Amino acid sequence: MNSAVKSKDGAGIDFGRALKDGVIIGIVAFALLGPLVGLKTDQNMANELILQNRLGLAAILSAIIGVGRFLLSAFIYPWIAARGRRTKAAVTLAELEARARVTRGLSVTGLIFLFVYPILIISLFGVQGSIKWVDNYGVQILIYVMLGWGLNIVIGLAGLLDLGYVAFYAVGAYSYALLAINFHLSFWVLLPVAGILAAFWGIILGFPVLRLRGDYLAIVTLAFGEIIRLVLINWKDFSGGSAGISSIPKVTMFGIYSFDMNATNSFIKAFHLSPSSAYYKVFLYYLILLLALLTAFITIRLRRLPIGRAWEALREDEVACRSLGINTTNTKLTAFAIGAMFGGFAGSFFAARQGFVSPESFIFMESAVIVAIVVLGGMGSMIGVALAAVAMIGGTELLRELDFLKLVFGKDFNPDQYRMLLFGLAMVIIMVWKPRGFVSARQPTAFLFKRKTVSGDLVKEGHG
Amino acid sequence: MEVFVQQVINGITIGSLYGLIAIGYTMVFGIIGMVNFAHGDVFMVSAFFALIFLLVLTSWFGIASMTLALILVMVVAMVLTGLLVWAIERVAYAPLRGSFRLAPLISAIGMSIVLSNFIQVAQGPRNKPIPPVTRDVYTLWEGANGYPVNLSLKQIIIWVVTALLLAAFWYVVQKTALGRAQRACEQDRKMAALLGVNVDRTISLTFVIGAALAAVAGTLFLMYYGVVVFSDGFTPGVKAFTAAVLGGIGSLPGAVLGGLLIGLIETLWGQYVSADYQNVAAFSILVIVLIFMPQGLLGRPEVEKV
Repeated sequence: MNSAVKSKDGAGIDFGRALKDGVIIGIVAFALLGPLVGLKTDQNMANELILQNRLGLAAILSAIIGVGRFLLSAFIYPWIAARGRRTKAAVTLAELEARARVTRGLSVTGLIFLFVYPILIISLFGVQGSIKWVDNYGVQILIYVMLGWGLNIVIGLAGLLDLGYVAFYAVGAYSYALLAINFHLSFWVLLPVAGILAAFWGIILGFPVLRLRGDYLAIVTLAFGEIIRLVLINWKDFSGGSAGISSIPKVTMFGIYSFDMNATNSFIKAFHLSPSSAYYKVFLYYLILLLALLTAFITIRLRRLPIGRAWEALREDEVACRSLGINTTNTKLTAFAIGAMFGGFAGSFFAARQGFVSPESFIFMESAVIVAIVVLGGMGSMIGVALAAVAMIGGTELLRELDFLKLVFGKDFNPDQYRMLLFGLAMVIIMVWKPRGFVSARQPTAFLFKRKTVSGDLVKEGHG
Repeated sequence: MEVFVQQVINGITIGSLYGLIAIGYTMVFGIIGMVNFAHGDVFMVSAFFALIFLLVLTSWFGIASMTLALILVMVVAMVLTGLLVWAIERVAYAPLRGSFRLAPLISAIGMSIVLSNFIQVAQGPRNKPIPPVTRDVYTLWEGANGYPVNLSLKQIIIWVVTALLLAAFWYVVQKTALGRAQRACEQDRKMAALLGVNVDRTISLTFVIGAALAAVAGTLFLMYYGVVVFSDGFTPGVKAFTAAVLGGIGSLPGAVLGGLLIGLIETLWGQYVSADYQNVAAFSILVIVLIFMPQGLLGRPEVEKV
């Protein structure tokens, strides 16, 4: 490389241009944020809309965006470009194996931690104090981990973007709620029933959409999800309408002990414990942990079976897959059905845990959250999906705990408001920056006969 | 009979709005083959732009003439929404050309969530009602049972504005250099680039034009219903997408035809079958059309490229 080119490279930081970029973006941001943030519409006492002037806030936000853009143009883009110029060595097999070892180590540590987590929490915060940490964090996050892993089969393995996954969650929840209340069946009977019903719906909904390509399929599944929710709202005789179904029976400990305080076989009475709902929460924690691990185990085993290979082939290239003699209809249907089945399991668990279901819990945004978790986790990577669920669900839950944020943003700062905003931003940023996922990247499970070192990072649409 | 005619009038009015939004979906799909999932929320944001500037004009500048206010508001909403979508396209969609197939769709879903939640945070989650812009209603005729067939001034405004804008839009697409570039990109992007068409700019402008039409729909929506809320983007967005698919995605006359059909089906279904299941009807049409005739009414059958 001669010196002229080199000096030009060195002067890659063009402050004039960066400044221009920053100022233009700042002005654009103010033009947009000025009305949307700066002029807040509020109702006065006479129920008329009035404008509340917050142009100062809009100006500050726009300035931040402008400065951010300036820093991007001035420092970060040149830095990325410089890094990109370094020759990227192909990932060697040894590196891949090292990475796999790290992943394995992480999984084992994570598993051990998950199993001792409630014990740890109880010893730290006492029986009563553990409820929040086991229920709000543990159970809540594990439900999303399980949903993420279930949807991961459809999106991550089979490559079918399903925007209506929450419909199967709803099928599971309502199956348990209705059958348990009307037929007095136990959770342990209804869990497989809910799974089968959800899988059945997966096949019913999957069958007509098989011929559709990616984005059409996404929209149709979204429409199906909405149809199921609207039917649940409007078919009041069946589902109780938007009021939902309440007093859904709790899970029993395999029929031996009940967690109802008044029951004769009450767990608390049997072991002479002080009355607390904490024991039930810990039981629920281990239940959802086992359900989630079952999902993971089945997925990992299925990936090694011909059907799992077929899913991955389908994800990479449908036409090639078909021309190699794989029955794409069956492949897609099994992905839909198995993904839906795990959604159904999670749904019946959800109904039993809440004791109450209503269509409000199954809005499109819920689907979007699960899709976001799968996308963030790197579509196909089990550990990535789990970490994404922890980060997104636990992270936003944790924001609530941070009292100093209230001092910064004022008393009525409510992080829950920003939860979906963060999810949306994360989805966009991931797609723009690292489309193969943020937390972890999927590895192909099938290698060529001659072991070529191609990872998911290096291929586009699977064309190694 | 009177009820039917009344519902047809209402249906055409809503259908015009769906048609205006549907054009945005169909143009973007035609040119880069992407479902712009955030388009419905762009429509909602444009209604908020219109709401805010209507308040600025009436309460700060004291403009009394509603006609003038409406025209100004519409122009401002079109410009700002165009700017917004230009920014979105640059940030969230343009870097994804050539990424894997579902990447732009996922990014657009993220953008849709961002837009609706941003409005919720910035403007509050409550309904935003405005006083009626006009109350004029003309009775066309009265039936034997005393049931009148009404045509309100608002509906006339919507029809006229939609017709004028569609004519202007048609002129842009058919007669101007931009329209030619657009149609060229739609047919073959690589060839168009080789022949000196600035493909990137054309795609950006396609997004902006679609957004401007959605902004018109947003302003008219605000005027017609007199209320807007942050979650108003989703359902009209899905319905307008249904309209685009029904008319044949990629086809501009198809989008308008589809919009009118969806508007009519929805209002007549609400009148004669079940008001509760009105949205179910719209979503079902989407599913049925996509499954049984994915090329739509006026679209070209899709050829799968390997």
